Amino acid sequence: MTPKAAIRAEGERLLQAFVQAGAVPVEAEILQPAGTLLDLYGEDIRARAYVTADPVRGEMMLRPDFTVPVVQAHMAHGAEPARYAYLGEVFRKQMRGSGRTSEYLQVGYEVFDRATPEAADAEVFALFRDLLTGLNLRPVTGDIGILMAAVRGLETSDSRKAALLRHVWRPVRFKALLDRFAGRAPVPAGRLALLQRLKAGTPMALIEEAGTFVGLRSPEEIAERAEALVADAETPPIKATEAALLYDLLSLEAPASHALSHLRGITPMLPAIGPAVDRFATRLAALAARGVDVATLAFEASHGRTALEYYDGFVFSFLKDGMPPVASGGRYDALTAVLGAGAFIPAVGGVIRPGLVARLKGAI
Amino acid sequence: MIRVGVPSKGRLMQDCFDWFGARGVVMRRTGSDREYSGVVEGVEGVVPVLLSAGEIPRELAAGRIHLGVTGSDLVREQLGEDEVAEIAKLGFGQADLVIAVPHVWIDVETVDDLDAAAAGFRKAHGHRLRIATKYHRLVRDFLQTQGVADYQLVDSQGATEGTVKNGTAEAIADITSSGETLRANHLRILSDGLIHCSEAVLWASRVAEWTAEDRAAFAGLASKLGVAAQPF
Repeated sequence: MTPKAAIRAEGERLLQAFVQAGAVPVEAEILQPAGTLLDLYGEDIRARAYVTADPVRGEMMLRPDFTVPVVQAHMAHGAEPARYAYLGEVFRKQMRGSGRTSEYLQVGYEVFDRATPEAADAEVFALFRDLLTGLNLRPVTGDIGILMAAVRGLETSDSRKAALLRHVWRPVRFKALLDRFAGRAPVPAGRLALLQRLKAGTPMALIEEAGTFVGLRSPEEIAERAEALVADAETPPIKATEAALLYDLLSLEAPASHALSHLRGITPMLPAIGPAVDRFATRLAALAARGVDVATLAFEASHGRTALEYYDGFVFSFLKDGMPPVASGGRYDALTAVLGAGAFIPAVGGVIRPGLVARLKGAI
Repeated sequence: MIRVGVPSKGRLMQDCFDWFGARGVVMRRTGSDREYSGVVEGVEGVVPVLLSAGEIPRELAAGRIHLGVTGSDLVREQLGEDEVAEIAKLGFGQADLVIAVPHVWIDVETVDDLDAAAAGFRKAHGHRLRIATKYHRLVRDFLQTQGVADYQLVDSQGATEGTVKNGTAEAIADITSSGETLRANHLRILSDGLIHCSEAVLWASRVAEWTAEDRAAFAGLASKLGVAAQPF
């Protein structure tokens, strides 16, 4: 077999396994409207996805993943609960000289189930583990829901919490904001000068003084943010003890059962994470019931926090040194709310790269 | 023969000829004022190719010229480090690629403010804050590194400073040397909005075929120019 045929055969095998697990096979268009993807991922996706112009349909993208079209199809006419499987090419631009391929097969499995989300998390993870048995991969798990719960529970202004939550997937910006809100980093000189100026008059008077008004952003919007800035400058820093807990959480890496004890230990000091930690415990029990050894399973609280992701709960990867993740997935409840125009259903799923599996098996 | 791409007209061409001339490599145009051909004197095996400065990156990447003079902004925007090598900074054509916002945005001083303003703008207007530019890659890389969200780049190949007044963008990212055009269009540079300091650079193509003769000719040229870099 040529490599491509061998990879497809591996993909078909995995797809059949997903179907046997109860999934309905679905197809998705290769050409996806760019607008939806850009709204979800922002401009960053242009660096990763191939954009093409259609004179009639406008800007289109070569499918960078299946999740969005599968969720859209489900939100439009799916019954609950539902399990879907798919197999097909995805297209991603790669860095020069990375040696990574820009067109490859993905085979995936998605579960939409309202009743028992943690059981669904465990179902997906255990299914992937079974299908990847013998390849000597390193599974890593995480839970972005705990981090988000911790941010929501901070004793600080709603605007600061919103700013942190908005950047949960951008670790550098998140850290910079947290450092500033916690008083660990000095207020930038530019901001101090700005605050000085804003104190010199009412926002509307300052806008008037600044000269000719141009642009769509209205004086009211500008004034509103100027007032918010002044209010923020008077907001006391996040308490050192609270901030320390959040920094601790960001860097938490331990076997899953140890991580649970650790999180149980800090919950009295950060009560807001209680429900998320309970869900974590429920998930670990569900994983253990499926034969996953949670005493050795790697857990990293910051796993999955990269741009171009949308996971907001359980996340997992199956890794091999020197390769991109062989498989990865997670929970993306918020995405279904965005794509469902208000409708919402808990969803979890993941993808495997048959090309990497075939390589690990020595088939290519 | 080493083919050297040089800007075909204007100030950039003159500055370029002057730079080579000061190092004993005389370049000049031949024929009529309108004919794009030239000669090099003072060094063997080198021929000038007069090109629009904007096309020089593409010609370097295609390997159709061995060397070329053009702005670092254009090369960094269009090419990768495996395609070209920097031979020498020429010390002219300086300009900065910057982000500028309306001067009336009294609440926006830094990239951090721009990010926060973008969040509010998207909520209020239902679409992402538009930044007009022709330097898509440089601007996106910069904003991505800074972790800015809720913006979109809109293409503007000219008169970019006017896009805000014309309502097609909220902010811009463009090349400026004095900042005067920005001020005239009621825009202000973010205090930390410097994306790239551009200047004219002599580049070598890593893609072009360098024969033994070309290498010898390059050695001769390099010793005249006083540069040490090896493009092959």
